[in-house]
Amino acid sequence: MSDTILSLEDVHTDIGQYHILHGISLQVPKGGVHVLLGRNGAGKTTTLRTIMGLWQARKGVIRFADADITGMHTSEIARLGIAYVPENMGIFGGLTVQENMRLATSNGRFDDQRLQHVFALFPAIEQFWSKAAWSLSGGQKQMLAISRAIIEPRRMILIDEPTKGLAPAIIRNMIDMFREVARDTTILLVEQNFLFARSLGRGVAVIEDGKIVHHGTMQALAADQGLQTRLLSLSLDAHQ
Amino acid sequence: MQKTTQMLERFGGVNLLPVALALLALLLIGSPSTWVTLTVAGLSMGMMIFLMASGLSLVFGLMDVLNFGHSAFVSFGAFVAASVLSALAAWNVGDNGFLNIVALLAAISAAAVFGLVAGWFFETVIIKPVYRDHLRQILITMGALIVAEQLILAIWGGSPVSVPRPAILAGSIIIGDISIEIYRVFAFGLGLLAYIVLYYALNRTRIGLLVRAGVENREMVEALGFRIDRLFVGVFMAGSALAAIGGAMWAGYETLITPALGSEMMILVFIVVIIGGLGSIEGSLLGALLVGLMGNYVAFLMPKMSLASNMLLMMAILLWRPYGLRPAVKL
Repeated sequence: MSDTILSLEDVHTDIGQYHILHGISLQVPKGGVHVLLGRNGAGKTTTLRTIMGLWQARKGVIRFADADITGMHTSEIARLGIAYVPENMGIFGGLTVQENMRLATSNGRFDDQRLQHVFALFPAIEQFWSKAAWSLSGGQKQMLAISRAIIEPRRMILIDEPTKGLAPAIIRNMIDMFREVARDTTILLVEQNFLFARSLGRGVAVIEDGKIVHHGTMQALAADQGLQTRLLSLSLDAHQ
Repeated sequence: MQKTTQMLERFGGVNLLPVALALLALLLIGSPSTWVTLTVAGLSMGMMIFLMASGLSLVFGLMDVLNFGHSAFVSFGAFVAASVLSALAAWNVGDNGFLNIVALLAAISAAAVFGLVAGWFFETVIIKPVYRDHLRQILITMGALIVAEQLILAIWGGSPVSVPRPAILAGSIIIGDISIEIYRVFAFGLGLLAYIVLYYALNRTRIGLLVRAGVENREMVEALGFRIDRLFVGVFMAGSALAAIGGAMWAGYETLITPALGSEMMILVFIVVIIGGLGSIEGSLLGALLVGLMGNYVAFLMPKMSLASNMLLMMAILLWRPYGLRPAVKL
């Protein structure tokens, strides 16, 4: 039994006439938060969308828990236990918070214990339960998007830049929340905010021009400013 | 300005527009009895247009499909219903109210079943290959509309077809000097019933929840584990059946129909969908009532401006609310 929950082997993805992923190979171990870092346009979002089947890989193999999911329909991939939180959060603004949450359940019913756990993590979800989702603030929408991902047990959650546009205080709360969520599941997190990624990530991969250019532990990357500067054009000092 | 808007929203917001239009018309028309007659005619016409438009709005919103062939279902619904009513003429025009109702239900059911089957065929054969390609959708659905009209010509001929109205719906209710056609009351009631059923289905069922979510973000619905393409077929079939029922009702309203009926109605149907906002049943109802009332009031006050008035209404609303009065998608 492999310790790897998700693997990509030489994955190539085209969007229209553009070749975006140039042979991504990546292995994500079970449990904890694993971070995919990279500059704008490096291919981070495309990688997540390709895993979810929202864009089809032209070449290569994607395996989830030993099953080949390359070419599978998005809904089938989701039913294998992968939740996806896109960069734009994917909230249904015309629906209430409750309806958004209900859609994320497999049979339309809530597990009460699970729901109470979500309320404990995000009190705003309970507070605005009957409100239309479009009326929530940016941070509350992000909480709703993540609540939807955890309302039922998932084997893996793919999250695309959850801190984008959020206030620092909300980001600090989010770190605690992700630590809590990662106790039960594996999170593959796409981030540009290195401080946020550093405080959560166990493993890290850096993507550049559609290829993985670095793979290792977050601890090693955080300790090596030279590597950070080379890979990400940043240093922790610059962010502190 | 903001305070005024907030106050209007508290009292019903844009839902008040048909009431405001009716009150303005009362001032311009002067005679209360004429106003009541025109208002009832406008409301019943609006409900029939709602039947035709609601399906198109959902198809537009959920599937992002520009279906110019939608009016073919309206035409076929009208002709199928006319044929059934003619075939059951003995029941239809006789004195037996029960048989009148049976003939009427048979005609409406035949139109609905035709709409369901034709909708399935249309979606599977014509629409599916052109998803996500608006230009090809316009060309291929326009082509399908022309073929459908030619088929009607081939089956029913080019001469206007007379539609025998069920005896139970003939005549008028007279209250003082106000005369209200029974058929119009029935058309209004049927449209209202369709709205209630649609509203319940969309707001109180899981499939309805999926449709509303799909109108906003199809990709995310799939990422939550649902096959939205299977939902598409069901929505398309339901929309086509509603259009056919709308056509059947319109046939009884006009009592004389031609193969061009669908194309003529299509302009009003598109105006309603645009005014109401894509993918919104509430918006379609609001738009249809506005179009029905406006058409009838202006036809009385300035007959030659009837269609133009609805165009002007659409332009004014789009300038005020570019996404329509009650769009389904909230950003």
